[in-house]
Amino acid sequence: MKAIAITGARVIDPDSGFDAMATVLLRDRFVAAVGDIAVPAGAEIIDATGLVLAPGLIDAGVFRAEPAACHAGGITRVVLMPDQRPPLDDPALVAFAQSMGKPGVWVHPLVAATRDLAGHELAEIGLGQAAGAVGAATGRSAIASSAVMHRLLAYSRAFDMTVVSHAEDAALTAGAVATEGAYATRLGLAAAPAFAESLAIARDIRLAEATGARLHLRQVTTAEGLELVRQAKARGLPISAGVTPAYWLLNETAVAEFRSFARLSPPLRSDEDRRAVEAAIGDGTISVIASGHDPRSQEKKRLPFADAWPGMAGAETLLALALSLVRNGTLSLAAALKTMTAAPAALFRLPGGTLAKGAPADIMLFDEHAPWRIAGDRFIGASNTPFDGIPVAGRVRMTIKGGEIVWRA
Amino acid sequence: MTNSPNLVTPAGAHPFPHSHLLGLAGLQPWEMLYLLDEAEQWVELNRGAGRQSGNGAGKHDNRLAGLTQINAFFENSTRTLLSFEIAGKRLGADVVNLGVSGSSVKKGETLLDTALTLSAMHPDVIVIRHGSSGAVQLIAEKMGCPVLNAGDGRHEHPTQALLDALTIRRRKGRIEGLTVAICGDILHSRVARSNFQLLAALGAKVRVVAPPTLLPPHVDQLGVDAYTSMDEGLKGVDVVMMLRLQTERMDGAYVPSTREYFRFFGLTEERLRHAAPGVLVMHPGPMNRGVEIDGSIADDIVRSAVTEQVEMGVAVRMACLDVLTRSRRGVAGWPPIGAAA
Repeated sequence: MKAIAITGARVIDPDSGFDAMATVLLRDRFVAAVGDIAVPAGAEIIDATGLVLAPGLIDAGVFRAEPAACHAGGITRVVLMPDQRPPLDDPALVAFAQSMGKPGVWVHPLVAATRDLAGHELAEIGLGQAAGAVGAATGRSAIASSAVMHRLLAYSRAFDMTVVSHAEDAALTAGAVATEGAYATRLGLAAAPAFAESLAIARDIRLAEATGARLHLRQVTTAEGLELVRQAKARGLPISAGVTPAYWLLNETAVAEFRSFARLSPPLRSDEDRRAVEAAIGDGTISVIASGHDPRSQEKKRLPFADAWPGMAGAETLLALALSLVRNGTLSLAAALKTMTAAPAALFRLPGGTLAKGAPADIMLFDEHAPWRIAGDRFIGASNTPFDGIPVAGRVRMTIKGGEIVWRA
Repeated sequence: MTNSPNLVTPAGAHPFPHSHLLGLAGLQPWEMLYLLDEAEQWVELNRGAGRQSGNGAGKHDNRLAGLTQINAFFENSTRTLLSFEIAGKRLGADVVNLGVSGSSVKKGETLLDTALTLSAMHPDVIVIRHGSSGAVQLIAEKMGCPVLNAGDGRHEHPTQALLDALTIRRRKGRIEGLTVAICGDILHSRVARSNFQLLAALGAKVRVVAPPTLLPPHVDQLGVDAYTSMDEGLKGVDVVMMLRLQTERMDGAYVPSTREYFRFFGLTEERLRHAAPGVLVMHPGPMNRGVEIDGSIADDIVRSAVTEQVEMGVAVRMACLDVLTRSRRGVAGWPPIGAAA
């Protein structure tokens, strides 16, 4: 296979801390060299002057792998939630899910933690891991029973698997579509208190501590919940937290006029919580940023607010929205990229997310400052975004997966 | 927020520059008053005194003749549907009712498809009730005609609040400066939410009285004072508005039992003594006697305005139907829809 030399870019490898103008040489689907190197004869040269080169993004938590949307967003690997039809609670389903994105996007499935994701009986997470699952997940909702959650976390230790939990108290949030507050009250929406999250987090952290399990809270969206994570990390527990862009960019006012595209799970929070999410990204309490890509048809979103399906398409906007954290000074560019590359790679022990010699040739080239306006109807993939019409900066110019150019813009 | 509301239409302002009536949030105080003023004439007509129309005698006016009014009720209703039907017929409209059982909703048609279907039949005004908050607004965006919200989920029920206001104004002579206590299941009530908007806008002081489990969170931020004791909440009030408590919410889900509820939150003769002399008692109906209200109070024609509320309902709905269809009837001074804000 022909070698590819990418020249003229600012190369950032958040894994090693490398950040300099350099040439990147790819050969045989792997990274061959990074630095001030001579371009070998016969190599295809890509001039990337003015662009930033980074490892392809690893999207740590999507509900569907849409290869085209991923490529447009610079995403080369996704961690797939087990909420599929049928749920990924069987090793054969896990194996199938793992194969379905290749070669364009590699899918790393999470096995369902309980059978049918019902929260009652443990699923075969050990066989799931053997079939390719990179962790076990509770799915869209929390496991209501503390006993089941306790056993799950204890059992996961036998396989040293990360358990991905949705932290919202199941009974408190039953039927709720918004966060309790003056806003939800005014609109007459069924609401759950924000502390439904911290209540669940407190339980899950305590159970993880008791069992020694590795716990990842997929979305932590409240000041109270984040404080619990901060304390747990300070105690040295193997606990991590993630978030998606909506929770540091939007607050409960986004549901005004019953905008069902802003119906998300967990529901959007108060502005105080929104600011706490931003601060927690800044201080490292939240270490993973994902898109939460959850395609919904217009028919499933254009319904009365409470009847609309939750979730947003996020793959194509992940990078641009994450770069807002760089512009407002929350994170350096390298640190922002790390939340979407090296951090999820380490959490789920994935190849990729690095430019180290011998790493898979998963590369993204982007123009950090290119302005554009988010328009759902111009998306390559699903269009259900709550950010429709919002101006952003940062555009993916090229995505390379395993040495193949899969996206160019 | 209850100080000196802006009750007078500013010079040059249109009295009602809206294509739909989706809620009272967003209406100016003088626009609410305009609808109340317009309703007064229909009270007279409905009582049989007015033979103002050239075409009919008694309780009839033909200004909506030739217009089609669809009452699309996606949630069961007897009183409101009947009230809107009578209102439309008294104005001469061709009124068609669509109930849940007769609709395609049960066959899996999406709400927007239903809206497009209704719109294609070229109604001139459509009245919608739906069990989901925000559903009426969603439909209104797809309709080419005025839409009247007859209740959406827990969100708003604007004509109910307007008829309550008309009842209060006729009985008390004013709304500004009165203290009104709304008692009962505030959490699930669209009537309460519309009344917060209207009463506060028109300068009344609003209290809510309910067990804490039936109070919406952060309700104080909506400009009302919350009480969990009836005796405290009723102290010195000019109007008591009781809300219906749904039976399915009394079996331990929100309150332990009907008898405990009545004991602490029911409106009794004794409790009513805490209110101001001449207190007016209201209820949107249907009443649960012995659950939220003592039968003898409900039947007291001096203090209870319950039947009057029903009467005002027809008049208010006639006013709303008239005002909202003016632009398509080409009434002078009412610009075509689209030109209005």
